[in-house]
Amino acid sequence: MGCVESMNYEIVLRDATFKESRDYIKATFKDFIDVQPGFKVFDVHVIGLPPIAIGLDGDFVIFPYTKPCHGTFLLRVEDPEEAARLRALKK
Amino acid sequence: MAEEPTTRPETALLVLGCPQVPVQTSIALYLINRLKKAGITPVVAGNKAANTLLVVADQDRHYLGEVIDLDRAVGLITDKKRDFDRCFVFIHNDAGVSYAATMGAISGAKLYTLVYGEHYEEQVKKIDFPCTVIAAKAVHNPLPLKKAIDEVKPWAA
Repeated sequence: MGCVESMNYEIVLRDATFKESRDYIKATFKDFIDVQPGFKVFDVHVIGLPPIAIGLDGDFVIFPYTKPCHGTFLLRVEDPEEAARLRALKK
Repeated sequence: MAEEPTTRPETALLVLGCPQVPVQTSIALYLINRLKKAGITPVVAGNKAANTLLVVADQDRHYLGEVIDLDRAVGLITDKKRDFDRCFVFIHNDAGVSYAATMGAISGAKLYTLVYGEHYEEQVKKIDFPCTVIAAKAVHNPLPLKKAIDEVKPWAA
């Protein structure tokens, strides 16, 4: 997973479709932002059909990570700075 | 003396999907050859397995030119460091549709989606962004997809 491998992440969904990932974020997290494909979360360019939902839960960021052979993973990573940066984009 | 205007050769990016469906490697080599014959420089972007299948099959690079990692290609295009005139995205699963939508959003290239596999119609239904869809039920035999590509002639459009 490249730089994702070095993160302390939790897999929320695995081998999901892009739509399942987006629906899960919107149904589960009151706090989320919509971004365009290619938007950088941590060092990852997110892949998907726009808009791409990224969940925010306290200091946790929940974002889709797509691999050609394994579909979309929804990853949960604790990072107060990144969560604050993303929240600031909503304003 | 006025300098003659230089024309940059046209370029095409081939975005490979997971290589688990056999026709991908065959069709990629076919398309690369057709593009090159039309004067278009093809660049391949895929994951390690998809790229390696091509590199090993074409060790002397009779067909292949530049081959780059898929994530790197997405980064280069997003960061506006690189772009292409045409982009072909190979699709046989949901991830393929996601990559195609991404290319449509980040790149200025004319977008073609090559949809194949046992359940290709399911993937075609998910494509709701501007692109030319080239689709056929092709898993082991590349000829149905080759025929669909030949009808569109994306190297000539």
